[in-house]
Amino acid sequence: MAPLNTVSYVFIGIGLFFNFVGAFGLHRFPDMYTRLHAATKCTTFGSIFLILAVIVQSAGIWAVEGTPSPQSIMCIHSVLALVALVVTNATGAHAIARAAHRSGEKPAKAVVDDLEKKEND
Amino acid sequence: MNWLPAVIAMAVCIIIVVARIFIGPGAPTRLVAFDTTNTLVVASLVIVGMMFNHVVFIDVAIVYALLSFVMTLYVAKYIQGDKF
Repeated sequence: MAPLNTVSYVFIGIGLFFNFVGAFGLHRFPDMYTRLHAATKCTTFGSIFLILAVIVQSAGIWAVEGTPSPQSIMCIHSVLALVALVVTNATGAHAIARAAHRSGEKPAKAVVDDLEKKEND
Repeated sequence: MNWLPAVIAMAVCIIIVVARIFIGPGAPTRLVAFDTTNTLVVASLVIVGMMFNHVVFIDVAIVYALLSFVMTLYVAKYIQGDKF
């Protein structure tokens, strides 16, 4: 199990790093769109790797113990949680950005808004 | 495997993001911070389920992800100014 533990620790390290990058980007960026860019992309990537660590670990225990194992349920449900997270995050971020633009939120230091004419068509 | 430091680090990360909900100007920024918090909570729940060896936490994480997506869509529609 030692190589799988190493893989899981590397995945946890990558996931925590990107989650912290997203959390600090939420405080460092000036306006709402750049905050959305930082927070959504970094935390989605980091959470994918954190759940992948759980999947690798439970799949390793499942492979050792054989098929009627409690870890098999944990592995399959973690994959389902990963799919739900990936699908909903991208769609939700798109909905937030479109709603903010339609409500009149402007980017900081914006000069030209190319989407303004397309909204009226 | 020692999962407890990862859970504590995720809790610190969630606290940093929740601070933006309280200080962020305007509704769209607060919605962005809330959506980020939901993502981090789902990842933390999966890790907690592996740490305690309970599948129930992971089932709760799946349902939480889908319900928070519905919440995000409804609040975005409210900010946009549409009628339901």
